[in-house]
Amino acid sequence: MKPRQQRMLALGLSAIGLILASFLTFKAFNENMMFFINITDAVEQNNIPANKDFRVGGLVIKGSIYRQPGDLTMSFALTDNKNILKVRYTGVVPDLFREGQGVIAHGRLAEDGIFVAKTILAKHDENYMPPEVMESLSNHVTEKVAFKAAQ
Amino acid sequence: MIPWLFISGLLLMVYGIINGLFYAPSDYQQGDAFRIIYVHVPAAYISMMAYSLMAFAAFIALIWRIKIAHAVIVSAAPLGAWFTFLALLTGSLWGRPMWGTWWEWGDPRLTSELLMLFLYLGYMALRASIPNITKADKLSAILILIGAINIPIIHYSVEWWTSLHQGSTLLKSGGPSIAAPMLYPLLASIIGLSLFFGSLLLIRTKAEVLKREKHSRWIKDMILGDEV
Repeated sequence: MKPRQQRMLALGLSAIGLILASFLTFKAFNENMMFFINITDAVEQNNIPANKDFRVGGLVIKGSIYRQPGDLTMSFALTDNKNILKVRYTGVVPDLFREGQGVIAHGRLAEDGIFVAKTILAKHDENYMPPEVMESLSNHVTEKVAFKAAQ
Repeated sequence: MIPWLFISGLLLMVYGIINGLFYAPSDYQQGDAFRIIYVHVPAAYISMMAYSLMAFAAFIALIWRIKIAHAVIVSAAPLGAWFTFLALLTGSLWGRPMWGTWWEWGDPRLTSELLMLFLYLGYMALRASIPNITKADKLSAILILIGAINIPIIHYSVEWWTSLHQGSTLLKSGGPSIAAPMLYPLLASIIGLSLFFGSLLLIRTKAEVLKREKHSRWIKDMILGDEV
């Protein structure tokens, strides 16, 4: 074998080794790599860390937002179109927080099954269009579910 | 060729950004805040393209021992690092009002892009720490190749794992999900920035080659002409 071919082989084998190693590592860490868990897992309490905060992501159900008068406390319900999780939160919500929007709540489940959030993040989807286009679209298409977790 | 690349890149970029900032319609959800896309997406795209180019050059350099490939890697690194920084910065500025956070540790897209910034910086630091240029070339090229595993991770991070970051708008099945008057300025700024990056890379590579070959015969001939 020529030196050049030897180098190619050595580099190729190391590359395969590296890809394999990364693949195995990520497979092992898969649960921890998730930024948030979906509603069904949260409701059924699958893989939920005990006595630790975690993030849960879902769509805000229309008409479920209730704001306590004279306070920043609010409650709303999240869904992945399979299960429903009630959330309680005190604080300011981001601009994109609204009905039908995907949001991520960071907190933990209370005894009564209500998720008590310390932070609320709004998720944005990958669709961009002017308001007029959205209006004409929404006549035909119902709410577009952008969450992968919901699929 | 360099002036042509530079000027056409600049013109496309100016066209894309002016159209994006002033003439494209505002978004149905984000209003005018979405306009940061005309800087953020091209910067993020170049940050990954620059790294891919460096990894490709490192592969060529290690196997065929082509000297100019090392000069390309050296020249691309600071450019790539700046575009990575710009992508992180613009993303963070947008994230505060829209997501409700400047930065989220543990988000796969954000973290892998930050890791790429550290790869760029680590590459430059490694080079700077080795005085022997041949040895520095070889070791830093290996570092770049190892780090290349991060590129598909950045790209697919929003598909493999749940992430705060939205999925890809342009490179998705079924075509781009962005309205046409918003899309064209975006494409113009992406192509414009690529040409601009290309011209900067060529200028820097030229300078790097001249620096590396400063003792060679052809440079003396070139500078002194017939006097030698």
